[in-house]
Amino acid sequence: MLPQVEHELHKRRRSRNIGLLVVLLAFVALVFGLSVVKITQGDMMQGYDHRPRASMLPPDPDPPAPNAAPVAAPGTPAATQGVTQEANQ
Amino acid sequence: MADINAYEGPAEAGFGDYVALLKPRVMSLVVFTAFVGLWIAPQPVNPFVAFCAVLFIALGGGASGALNMWYDADIDAVMRRTAGRPVPSGRVTSQEALAVGIALSGLSVMMLGLAANWFAAGFLAFTIFFYAVVYTIWLKRSTPQNIVIGGAAGAFPPMIGWACATGGIGIESLLMFALIFFWTPPHFWALALFMKDDYSKAGVPMLTVTHGRKVTRCHIFAYTLVLAPFALWLGFTSVGGPLYLAVSVVLNALFIAGGWQILRRSEDQAQADGYRVEKRYFRLSLYYTFLHFLALLVQHWVGGW
Repeated sequence: MLPQVEHELHKRRRSRNIGLLVVLLAFVALVFGLSVVKITQGDMMQGYDHRPRASMLPPDPDPPAPNAAPVAAPGTPAATQGVTQEANQ
Repeated sequence: MADINAYEGPAEAGFGDYVALLKPRVMSLVVFTAFVGLWIAPQPVNPFVAFCAVLFIALGGGASGALNMWYDADIDAVMRRTAGRPVPSGRVTSQEALAVGIALSGLSVMMLGLAANWFAAGFLAFTIFFYAVVYTIWLKRSTPQNIVIGGAAGAFPPMIGWACATGGIGIESLLMFALIFFWTPPHFWALALFMKDDYSKAGVPMLTVTHGRKVTRCHIFAYTLVLAPFALWLGFTSVGGPLYLAVSVVLNALFIAGGWQILRRSEDQAQADGYRVEKRYFRLSLYYTFLHFLALLVQHWVGGW
């Protein structure tokens, strides 16, 4: 087993090392706290990643009103229903 | 066997020496004014985010202090007031001070951007650049108006605090800037009058050395006059109110009266009573900023106009 001799250098640098440890731990706590606050506030959590995404757009302040007389897409059950209704009439 | 412990180098730097690189006393002003700027802004900020933002602004201020100590090590060693700083006393090398300054600059700007917004972060980066490069490296040793330019760097923190909350600049934040900007020169020149620091030996052109004490006294009074309208104007904006205005009127009246007394005195009179008036004016100048910003805080708390 190697002898565990503390070098004089370690003793001299103790205050520095402990100080740095405290600073790093405080920094971790700070980033964690910031993350918690940002997530609970519902801030934007994703950044631009080389591809535009609809989820990143700001909400439309004036969304278009729903169509009063919607037209069904051709080939869908709603469209065929509409066709048979017209045929029956 | 070689005895490596026999080497007697300069004293090893403790953690406190690295903290001293950040100029903690200057930092306290930065912390207070940045906090007030952030807190009285119209947009509310989450308290923890506000705490982090002020901390990173202070860290940025500390980083510029370290860069200042790196560049100014030669003149700091000559002047009595600064000879005990970590770099001139040999406890920290100037290269280490440079490394600490650059690392903390980058860290504080990035973290302020993530905590608050990127406008505030850019503003902080500009402030560090302004203090370290424009003031310390460029103008400090070349013009007797160095104090005025250095004052601008000290005046940015409340604007950065305001930018953290609002994401921009407002007339209120510009007036807070003006309050500190025009306050700094009379504050430091009053100190220069009675400290008789060996700036000339260090090659730093202070107004007292280059233009004489009579001119310095005129400058102190002139800046006091220019300062008052900006301080009062702030009282009529959205962050002002009757309480702030009352505090500001009293403080500015005292400050102008003090500046007038300094202007009227001759150097013989000042020496005869040990610079009593100049020292009193300097102490008043400390209360001047502190009470103005405290009044803004209280005014925000009780509600403005």
